[in-house]
Amino acid sequence: MRAHHDMGGEPAGSVELTEHDYSLWEKRTDALLMLLSDQKRQLLRVDQLRRAIEQLGPDAYDRMSYYERWIASITQNMLERGVFTAEELGRKMAAVEAGLASERKAGS
Amino acid sequence: MREAGPKAGRKTERKTAAKRRIPAEARTKTKPASPTKITADPAAPTHFRPGDRVRVIAIHPPGHIRTPHYIRGKSGVIERSCGAFGNPEELAFGRTGRPRQPLYRVRFAQNHVWPDYRGPTTDTIDIEIYQHWLDPA
Amino acid sequence: MSHTHDHGDHDHEHDHGHAHPVRIDHDDRPLGYYQIMATAVFELLIEKGVTTADEVRAAIEAMDGRTPEQGARVVARAWTDPAFKARLLADGSAACRELGIDMGVTRLVVVENTTEAHNLVVCTLCSCYPRAVLGRPPDWYKSRAYRSRAVREPRAVLAEFGTRLPNDMTVRVHDSTADMRYLVLPRRPASTEGWSAERLAALVTRDSMIGVAVAKPA
Repeated sequence: MRAHHDMGGEPAGSVELTEHDYSLWEKRTDALLMLLSDQKRQLLRVDQLRRAIEQLGPDAYDRMSYYERWIASITQNMLERGVFTAEELGRKMAAVEAGLASERKAGS
Repeated sequence: MREAGPKAGRKTERKTAAKRRIPAEARTKTKPASPTKITADPAAPTHFRPGDRVRVIAIHPPGHIRTPHYIRGKSGVIERSCGAFGNPEELAFGRTGRPRQPLYRVRFAQNHVWPDYRGPTTDTIDIEIYQHWLDPA
Repeated sequence: MSHTHDHGDHDHEHDHGHAHPVRIDHDDRPLGYYQIMATAVFELLIEKGVTTADEVRAAIEAMDGRTPEQGARVVARAWTDPAFKARLLADGSAACRELGIDMGVTRLVVVENTTEAHNLVVCTLCSCYPRAVLGRPPDWYKSRAYRSRAVREPRAVLAEFGTRLPNDMTVRVHDSTADMRYLVLPRRPASTEGWSAERLAALVTRDSMIGVAVAKPA
């Protein structure tokens, strides 16, 4: 069976020549992969990154942007590796979201 | 911060990992008796040379596979040897990927790969394929 | 702050009725689950001592410094220095190192366009790209349409980029599946005899080094 990410030769529409400037969170995600996979850390290999992206499911390519797939995969690998726990991540995400909400309130 | 974890412990663990160059999973399960065995970094012997005809094996296992689906079962010619690299099918799950697998660039005729190919018969596609996916043709 | 939301099934219900999307990092898209995750992971990795904000900043700056101008410099040098070109085609990584460009763990294979053959690079399995010489890839390179079709109907894809090739010219597609990365050495434009490498480099576009286009005319 063909895996969904293995798309060479599949029918698809015309190539849309779109480009966008990467935002800071995307560049950071990109940088985290480089750092986590470097000689000093060796906490993540590019094949581990790809493997977890492939496991996101058949609709990940349509539903998620490129760096959304990356951060989902980096996070999955860090959880598997025990670098942080799900609870630590959940609490941190809640704090990030709350911080941004109050920032927005202060700004309006 | 509340989330402050066992920082010191982790740091020590990482340093050890960097020294031994093996994944944490392997470290926790088995203690390597001899680090020299790991640093020897063995590679599987090469079976093919440029110009050899090869066929990509037509198997379809799950896992992290770098041999595209569309090329399985197709025949081509070794364009060049690329050296030996960790097996991605193993690296993907945090293992060492050793012994390293010889990697080749294999050239295929487009009208062989795609029976309905619309283009000159001279058009080609080159793909990097690890040796364990290749049989002599 | 002591939020204890259950984020096991995150559903963006913490917006408390505000209709306006939060903006983050000057990005016009609404703040989503994965952007929050990215910030949280970034902060956690710093708190855990895995990395530092300075290291992340330096890595971003290093990547920002990798642009198609690096590749253009390599191509222009090859156009003006036959010995360098021979070394580049024999071992792309080593030749780039001569120009101070480090390919890292991947190896660069340089494929030369000639009057007989045109080369096109794609990665059907993910989006492998020669980042050391071209920087971060454009969105279309990562798109389903490009990844799916470039291998099967390269001439049609090339035409969509405005590149129409005669049928007596061979098209060689390179599916970048493993540890090599690919840079196309485009043909040197006509009427550029005697040009300096610096002047020539301005004719070398990113797309010409991926192979979807040719170099700019003189």
